[in-house]
Amino acid sequence: MASFPLVSATGMLGSGYRAESLDKAIELGARMIGCDAGSTDPGPGPLATGTCMFSKAAVKRDTEIMLSRAVRAKIPLVIGSSGTSGSDAGLLWMLDIVREIAREEGLRFRLAAIHSEVAKETVREHLRQGRARALPPSPALTQADIDAALHIVAMMGVEPIQEAIGQGAQVVVAGRSSDTSLFAALPLLEGFAPAVVWHMAKILECGAAAVAHRLAPDSMMAVVREDAFDVFPLRPDYRCTPQSVASHTLYENADPFDLKEPSGTLDTREARYEAISETAVRVSGSRFTAAPEYTVKLEGVRQGGYSTILMGGVRDPFILAGLDDWLKQLDDAIRVRIGATVGNRPYEIVTRVYGRDGVMGALEPQPTVAGHEVFILWDVISETQELSHAIASSVSHLAVHNPIPKWHGLISGVAFPYSPPEIDRGPVYEFHLNHVLVPETPVSLFRTQFEEV
Amino acid sequence: MATIADLAVLVRSKNAGAFWLTIDVMFDDPEHYRRVKDSERINRAAIAHMYRREPKDIIVVNHDAALAIKISFPRPQSSGSKLDSDVYGGQQYAPLLSLEIPD
Repeated sequence: MASFPLVSATGMLGSGYRAESLDKAIELGARMIGCDAGSTDPGPGPLATGTCMFSKAAVKRDTEIMLSRAVRAKIPLVIGSSGTSGSDAGLLWMLDIVREIAREEGLRFRLAAIHSEVAKETVREHLRQGRARALPPSPALTQADIDAALHIVAMMGVEPIQEAIGQGAQVVVAGRSSDTSLFAALPLLEGFAPAVVWHMAKILECGAAAVAHRLAPDSMMAVVREDAFDVFPLRPDYRCTPQSVASHTLYENADPFDLKEPSGTLDTREARYEAISETAVRVSGSRFTAAPEYTVKLEGVRQGGYSTILMGGVRDPFILAGLDDWLKQLDDAIRVRIGATVGNRPYEIVTRVYGRDGVMGALEPQPTVAGHEVFILWDVISETQELSHAIASSVSHLAVHNPIPKWHGLISGVAFPYSPPEIDRGPVYEFHLNHVLVPETPVSLFRTQFEEV
Repeated sequence: MATIADLAVLVRSKNAGAFWLTIDVMFDDPEHYRRVKDSERINRAAIAHMYRREPKDIIVVNHDAALAIKISFPRPQSSGSKLDSDVYGGQQYAPLLSLEIPD
């Protein structure tokens, strides 16, 4: 057991990287190519709708380079969190791209597709058996949460990927997987120390994000050794520094010292980061503690009505000076008018005032208007699109003519940039699961299909 | 007196999953990092006050190897839900920039 070199093609499949970088990694002996394709960063939309945050053209270009290199070099390719969300729709979309490239280039390989979408009944069964846990800050999982879900995915650890490789897959296209597990699966299988492997995986999962000055997304390489790993970029003008690599444990984590994985926690408090060349850093000294129970994180979305939005601007200094009162008066007028027209059907209007607290909302320490204009975004949400639209058309009319004490007579107080001002935005989605399951086995929530491409 | 904006090379906010927000205050000069860390101006009570949160919900971590201070707390609403106005959580760091650090 000497070393295990591997490469992360880019931080997010579809965001791009240079083909030369991947070629260099192969030349340097990379024994697998990995790439994360998912994130919850773009919000609940991708999981709710099954759509990828990047275009097919962007994902196909990035996949083509990895697939052709991996097949030619006879090394595994592991793609995690297919189609952004890792849902079945995202996975099938990704598989079609992989098959299309294989067909166009005459590539042949054994393909494993790992499904991570979980049936509601499976989640209910775990809940009944006391195998569901809430993560902070969320309350305990309920039957109602499960019933309301449009899609639920489970985030796989290394085991389903290891099993697929063990059964001869060269290309693994996985549903939702932790960013780290796709890079950790093979080195762990070869017996490298979990502390070294998980820390390496955390650094590699974002591609070249851990270099000192990243100009554009690119590949990143690591060499796992017995008690340390080395990490370095592949673009000649990039370099890793001890600080740039140490900093990457901060990225997208609430706590940089205790990094949670399905099988345990990586503790990086005592990690040492040492420059071993102009561009490479050696990392050692982290610890890994196995968890008392193996947990798999769930992600789920539900729908909460339909939205119609209105956008408008206000420039009148007298409206701006009393904006909060003016908006309160508008709310009251809307309530009366909607009560008289659509009756008691429930609705909600979310008003964001840009120029006051539109960006930060409840977190804004200075919710006051300081500039000479504001932009107002009204979001009308109700149980149907038609109702939201009907309410929004009353809101726009009431807002325009909402009076202020300064002016006597009918005013026109909102500048709408569009006609008609109402824009139907469709369903409103929300992430509503922040829970883990304790599965029977690390692979029991996942389903793998093999095919010869 | 200097502000965080004067001393840091990068201040950024980001989602840490759909339910948490995290803010990184990063330095390249160890002196600047040490000065801000030792001032203890970035503490749970101050951050809670600034962001109108409860001190018990705030995590502050000093990361010596990264020359960085990390602040995390639960989002008031999950990313992209109806009351949220910053899906990526990327524009929530601005109030920290004017925090004053004594000489």
